[in-house]
Amino acid sequence: MAQFQLPKNSRYTEGTSWPKPANSNRVQEFRIYRWNPDDGANPKIDTYYVDRDDCGPMVLDALIWIKNNVDPTLTFRRSCREGICGSCAMNIMGENTLACTLGIDDCKADSVKIYPLPHMPVLKDLVPDLTTFFAQHASIEPWLQTETPEPEKEWRQTPEERSKLDGLYECILCACCTTSCPSYWWNGDRFLGPAALLQAYRWLIDSRDEGTGGRLDNLHDPFRLYRCHTIMNCANTCPKGLNPAKAIAEIKKMMVERAV
Amino acid sequence: MAEKRVSMRTPFARVQGLGPSGHGVEHWWLQRVTAIANIPLIISFVIIVAALAGSPYPRAIAIISHPLVAIILALAVVSVCLHMRLGMQVIIEDYVHATGLRLAALLANNFYAAIIAIACLYAILKVSLGRILV
Repeated sequence: MAQFQLPKNSRYTEGTSWPKPANSNRVQEFRIYRWNPDDGANPKIDTYYVDRDDCGPMVLDALIWIKNNVDPTLTFRRSCREGICGSCAMNIMGENTLACTLGIDDCKADSVKIYPLPHMPVLKDLVPDLTTFFAQHASIEPWLQTETPEPEKEWRQTPEERSKLDGLYECILCACCTTSCPSYWWNGDRFLGPAALLQAYRWLIDSRDEGTGGRLDNLHDPFRLYRCHTIMNCANTCPKGLNPAKAIAEIKKMMVERAV
Repeated sequence: MAEKRVSMRTPFARVQGLGPSGHGVEHWWLQRVTAIANIPLIISFVIIVAALAGSPYPRAIAIISHPLVAIILALAVVSVCLHMRLGMQVIIEDYVHATGLRLAALLANNFYAAIIAIACLYAILKVSLGRILV
């Protein structure tokens, strides 16, 4: 059956409350999920206090501030700090988003709560294991497939055909949408999830691609595609403002189009 | 902590599983078709039940014996039972993961929908044709 409670060894307890910064006028509290694979203990929620006058405006700035000034063992992924690499995806105030594009002020909270992306195996602290997620992305064959001999210069496309890729190509594979999807939580081993399906549609709708039929065959499955029940968490949570639910609906329409 | 490795298959092999089954679109399409059919059928069903409520026995028999009423009732039973079976199947597939339990639940779902549909059709036919045959 679907699990409605975390496994025993995943239930978190109260952790350390780290000291407040001295001589600070603007202090912001953070409650952050900690788990260390090496100590055999359950996850803990640590409390940190950040000096806002000494720290940048974004949640990622606060995490880096904590790592530099309070607790160097705090573990998280980050790279570009401008919402294009997708590394710092995490669950902040109950919503999956990028720590680098969410302002601390926008959390509007006395205590900012930060957890790893939901329902994924945790490697350490805020770092989830995304191996399956990327394997699912690979399974939709995210590259141009053609039979026609390659043209000398480039595969051409009208501006209208190119515009169909808008709202799809911007996906940075941060996994916010896929890990927010209850259907993915219950059947993530067989359901491809919103991110992989949005990418699948990005190649299905590409006018230059000649593999459309095979791509649809590869998705024609009650679990791979049809576990999407238009819950719409994916569209609500996407930090890039994309709509994976709509892309999945378009794939379902293509399935009907070729069958009816 | 000791690593609990259940399998050394690659993540890609696990994602590929047994491959795409090539099913799903018929289920999805039929669920929409029956949903649309249910709108007029359920409205008609409610009107028929309202007409039956409080009617004396011979009048109730006369209403159901009317060919149009009997056909609408039969169509409603077929459409609703199909829709119910498809919807319940999705819920079972979503939430029941143990293979044995899942198979049992899917079987029970099919049997239940078939029994309900046949029982309702039998009742409608018996009442509406009863007057002609007797």
